[in-house]
Amino acid sequence: MDNIFLWIAITLGAMVGLVSVVGIVSIYLERKISAFMQDRLGPMEVGFGSLVNAIAGKEVLREGRIGLAQSLADGLKLLQKEDIIPDGADKFLFKLAPMIVFAGTFSTFAALPLAEYFIPADVNIGLFYILAISSFGVSGILMAGWSSNNKWGLLGSLRSTAQMVSYEIPVGVSLVSIVMLTGTLSMKGIVVAQEGWFWNWHLFGAVGHHGLIGFVLLPMMVINFIAYFIGSLAETNRAPFDIPEAESELVAGYHTEYTGMRFAIFFLAEYGAIFVGNAIAVALFLGGWYSGIPAIDQANIPGIAPLVFILKTFVLIFVVMWIRWTLPRLRVDQLMTLCWKYLIPFTLFTFFSVAIYKVFIV
Amino acid sequence: MEQIKTDLMTINMGPQHPSTHGVLRLELKTDGEIVDSCRPYLGYLHRCFEKHCESLDYLKIVPFTDRMDYLAAMNNNWAFALAVEKMMGIEVPEKCEYLRVIVSELNRIASHIIAFGTFGLDIGAFTPFLLAFNQRELIFDLLEEASGARMLYNYIWVGGVARDVTSEWLKKVKGFCESYKPVINEIDDLLSYNKIFVSRAANVGIVPKDLAIDYGFTGPNLRGSGIEFDLRKDEPYSIYDKFDFDVPIGSGEEGTLGDCWDRYMCRIRETRESIKIIEQALEGISLEGDIYEAVPKNFNKMPKGEVYVRSETPRGEMGIYIVSEGGKAPTPYRCKVRSPAFCALSILEKIAKGVMISDIIVILGSIDIVLGEVDR
Repeated sequence: MDNIFLWIAITLGAMVGLVSVVGIVSIYLERKISAFMQDRLGPMEVGFGSLVNAIAGKEVLREGRIGLAQSLADGLKLLQKEDIIPDGADKFLFKLAPMIVFAGTFSTFAALPLAEYFIPADVNIGLFYILAISSFGVSGILMAGWSSNNKWGLLGSLRSTAQMVSYEIPVGVSLVSIVMLTGTLSMKGIVVAQEGWFWNWHLFGAVGHHGLIGFVLLPMMVINFIAYFIGSLAETNRAPFDIPEAESELVAGYHTEYTGMRFAIFFLAEYGAIFVGNAIAVALFLGGWYSGIPAIDQANIPGIAPLVFILKTFVLIFVVMWIRWTLPRLRVDQLMTLCWKYLIPFTLFTFFSVAIYKVFIV
Repeated sequence: MEQIKTDLMTINMGPQHPSTHGVLRLELKTDGEIVDSCRPYLGYLHRCFEKHCESLDYLKIVPFTDRMDYLAAMNNNWAFALAVEKMMGIEVPEKCEYLRVIVSELNRIASHIIAFGTFGLDIGAFTPFLLAFNQRELIFDLLEEASGARMLYNYIWVGGVARDVTSEWLKKVKGFCESYKPVINEIDDLLSYNKIFVSRAANVGIVPKDLAIDYGFTGPNLRGSGIEFDLRKDEPYSIYDKFDFDVPIGSGEEGTLGDCWDRYMCRIRETRESIKIIEQALEGISLEGDIYEAVPKNFNKMPKGEVYVRSETPRGEMGIYIVSEGGKAPTPYRCKVRSPAFCALSILEKIAKGVMISDIIVILGSIDIVLGEVDR
């Protein structure tokens, strides 16, 4: 029994650490990347030295050159903020909402296959678990909008719910094609199926499974990947699908009334969700912890697997940020049109193609 | 299928809202996301400008005009100066006219940068806004060097301008013109023809020609509806008849004539025309002569009577109406401003029915209001 509790404690600790680090690093990257794209400097002042001095109450010198500790300092600032709950709010739901949203994101980290030996919970229905748990967060968003007694919040949460429920479908269907190919729902099993050279990745078809004939599926898988990527952008409320919190329309959407740490939790959950969304893409389409070149894989360089996985994920996160700072926002009806008229038919088409391939070709 | 009837939800958009371009309050009645009615409430920035004028010397009113349309202070200064000059029959030295044209067109570009930058921002494109603002910063540096202030210049006085400029300044203006041209092309690439942007702005907030005239649209809003009317061209004041420039009008090339995209594109194109005018003015100007030559020492010669003068500001046709009673140390008996943004705002109620909440923001951004000028 002792061992089990120790294992749970270590796993939880590692996960909390991972989520926080991922959130803080992503927020920092977002600021720097957006600044780079917009001809600005971004955070420049707050280094770790000045942060320590500020906490210790000493004189703060301008030590930072690239503002590395900016997100940490912002987190500390938000911790100290007054926790305001509006008078007309449903207090219980108001307090519960950020926890649910965060729990939805946090729990998905349990099944992320960072490496063959580092999957906190390698359940045999890993993919199903991730999809189910990550959609759970939407109820938190609905609660937040409803309970804060704010019309902008309500509109934001309704938009968010409609959007997430719709985009679940193309995301789910595009992933089901992969499951059909590999014949497993286990995240580990799906990644292991893509071992070896990069053309074994599912993005390039089913070469890893059936040899050269697997290239037949290349267009299908590329469509699947794009559909999944767009869907995951929408599910994580990122531009150009950030209509639930469209700051120019709905002030701040569902978290309009949230302050301090509760707001910070929403923020952290959002970046956690982006990481999870892209990590699934990496695991399912881009070879997971395999670097794509057998010479620099886990077998030859021990310990490289999680680094490869995280690096790939952050490359995708960079693309997400790139998109955000380039494109304007869609309108809510255009968003639904994109989902129901384009993404769902395309993913259904690829789904049937993969089924036909599986039944008649191999 | 029978339509399900639901209660309308009343939402107050503003006065504290990120996209009402100041302190405008819109009372929206919505059925879900669909707007049923939209009623603008004004007056949150009312500073009794017109009443204040009645107790001020004519030269002292000029700084007040800065604070009306604070994004295009030069053009406001000029509109007021034109009215008083017409009343007193003052001939402005040619050098001052050239300087006025240069600073006003620079200010027009700065104002249009705000207009299309924040329009992009309303639609969710953050980057073009900041790229354009870099250029606005350059304009502000130039105007600061000329007038001493960055936004509220008090530069164009009755009968002349406040400060002289140097030939280096003119070179810098020339340099700005060169640096601006590639940036506006970049904005076109990044924003104007972006598919998402077009789908958001085209076919939204359509104002047909007759409606535009009925509601007193002027400036880029009117031209966006396809009516070629620009006071600088059709009723040239100052020395605008010396310059060769085009009047861009909306053509409905991405959607319907008179939609938000047309109004946006009119502004983008107008900045190119302004650059043309500035370049011609830089060639024509000569720096000899006294800028204070025609500035009146006092306004004792102000005749009794009234005057209405209109001029083209970035937001449209600004009319200044002054009633004077003459006499010693005179002040206007009455001063009234015909504000282009105020008239344009009145259309919101008409075209808002049936659009979505997101479109209200787009329409509001496309008619480019400045609350300082609406409320005065």
